[in-house]
Amino acid sequence: MRRGRAKESFLALGFLAPSLIVFGLFAFYPIIRIFYWGLYQQNRLGTEMRWIGLSQYKDVLTGDDFLQGLYTTLWYVAYTVPAGLVLGVLLALAAHRRLKGIKVFHTIFSSTVATSVAVASVIWLVLINPTQGYFEVTWLQNPTHGIGGAIFGVSLSSIWQNLGLTFIIVLAGLQAVPDELMEAATIDGMSATRRFFTVTLPLLTPTLLFLVVVLTVFAFQGFAQIDILTSGGPAGSTETLVYKIFQHQAPSDLGVGSVMAVGLFLITFVVAFGQFTILERRVHYGR
Amino acid sequence: MAAEVEALAVDTVVLGGDTVIGTERPGHRARIWKNVAWYVFLGLLSLVVLFPIWMTLVRALSTPIAYINAGQPIRPVDIEWDVFQRAWTEGDLARHFAISGVVTAIITGAQVITSVLAAYAFAFLWFPFKRAVFALFMATLMLPIEVTLLVNAVTIRNLGWLDSLQGLTAPFLASAFGVFLVRQGFLGIPQDLRDAAELDGLGHLGFLRKVAIPVTKPIVASFTLVAFLAAWNQYTWPRVVTTQQDWETVQIALKGLAARNIDQLNIGFAAAIIAAVPILILLLAFQKHLVRGLTAGAVKG
Repeated sequence: MRRGRAKESFLALGFLAPSLIVFGLFAFYPIIRIFYWGLYQQNRLGTEMRWIGLSQYKDVLTGDDFLQGLYTTLWYVAYTVPAGLVLGVLLALAAHRRLKGIKVFHTIFSSTVATSVAVASVIWLVLINPTQGYFEVTWLQNPTHGIGGAIFGVSLSSIWQNLGLTFIIVLAGLQAVPDELMEAATIDGMSATRRFFTVTLPLLTPTLLFLVVVLTVFAFQGFAQIDILTSGGPAGSTETLVYKIFQHQAPSDLGVGSVMAVGLFLITFVVAFGQFTILERRVHYGR
Repeated sequence: MAAEVEALAVDTVVLGGDTVIGTERPGHRARIWKNVAWYVFLGLLSLVVLFPIWMTLVRALSTPIAYINAGQPIRPVDIEWDVFQRAWTEGDLARHFAISGVVTAIITGAQVITSVLAAYAFAFLWFPFKRAVFALFMATLMLPIEVTLLVNAVTIRNLGWLDSLQGLTAPFLASAFGVFLVRQGFLGIPQDLRDAAELDGLGHLGFLRKVAIPVTKPIVASFTLVAFLAAWNQYTWPRVVTTQQDWETVQIALKGLAARNIDQLNIGFAAAIIAAVPILILLLAFQKHLVRGLTAGAVKG
């Protein structure tokens, strides 16, 4: 028995080793490293580090640069998450019916899944490029955060790009609603609107929660759309947290950049923790 | 399997519904009109969703200056059919496609292999601290590449892996999502099958190869597609570890092409369309698997 277990443990180690090495080198090591670097200040070449302790955390996390980045990111979240969710649900509701050829519409509504963030950004340049976009708008040159500003323009591209995924997930959620339930509600004489609110929506809630988390995580990680559409401009108004971290790659900036990364980590941790809790609950009580 | 049976059942219901429609009964006409209205509505929605793609096609095909002079209509002006060829050669897309292709193949292949192996250990093998190790694996799901970006970039630079296949792929050779998904599949394998395999004298490797993988093929296939999609579409990491144009993946090359002068912008737009084609083919060919992979974790069952 004991020998069998030892043998099995060795086999397990062998099976786990490839993943462990990758995670160790590119996930566990850097997350520890990033906390540590935040305690130091680098000289210009990054060859020497000076301990400055937690004061750097306090300075950076309460500093204008970080807070501005967070503020911009939150605007981006506010634009992309609710709009993406509502539009995805509306598309899915419209396309969840028994019609001949409905699959064609399903494919069309899922089609933006085929576009990467980079492709979607280039596509939106066609529409809202300030100098020759189809809509002849100057949003991407407007440094305000409100509607009509640059981050709003960036958000439009993201909302459109996320539509395919949102549609696919909501449609799958709708298809999981048992037909008998809907039929029973119909026989009870419920209107379509009431059926939606009393039958469909409660059953769809876990799916929608999951989507809120996914879209929020997407928004916090957004980079390509900003890199391509605005490069952080105008006047730094589209510099999200990730974009700011990206800008702190120079050896002398690593200390400050690390603290920002820790800040982003803590925020995404809270969001992702929500994701995991939902996922976990689904796995345990799902069926 | 159960899902397919269910799908069949739904189809039968639909067919049954059609035969009812066939017989004359009150409300028949109203129903037809209602369906027509839905087709019109869905058609309009499709136009809205597809409009950005259509305009990109228009801008790619049109001669840039002529198009602007024509007042930016919604149809192509002075069509240059060779724009896709020109984007391919002038944008050096063959090279960028090759890099993206190799990078995607390495990442996808490695993720599938490492995930299947780790998932097997978590599902079927005894080893100490299993729960803790699994929690550690899942914790990486909460660690986006953006957080570890600065350290990983320094690691890659120190290894001398900037502008290399190693640099572009190394952090992505394992996937916690893949481990989670495949483990779920393995745990669903009935005990009878495991007992039968044991009676047949199959060791762990034999069981993995002859039973576990074949039985969970749909899950592995779905994960493969999602991994492929993610790897091909990656942007942030390749942006950080490429310093020379020669090593840019397709996605990164798009940034440069889209920032060209106004009279050459059609090249950038054409390149964006070309870059989306592989994924579009994947989507059309494997829609069912892809949808299953994308909705994993979102919908119960």
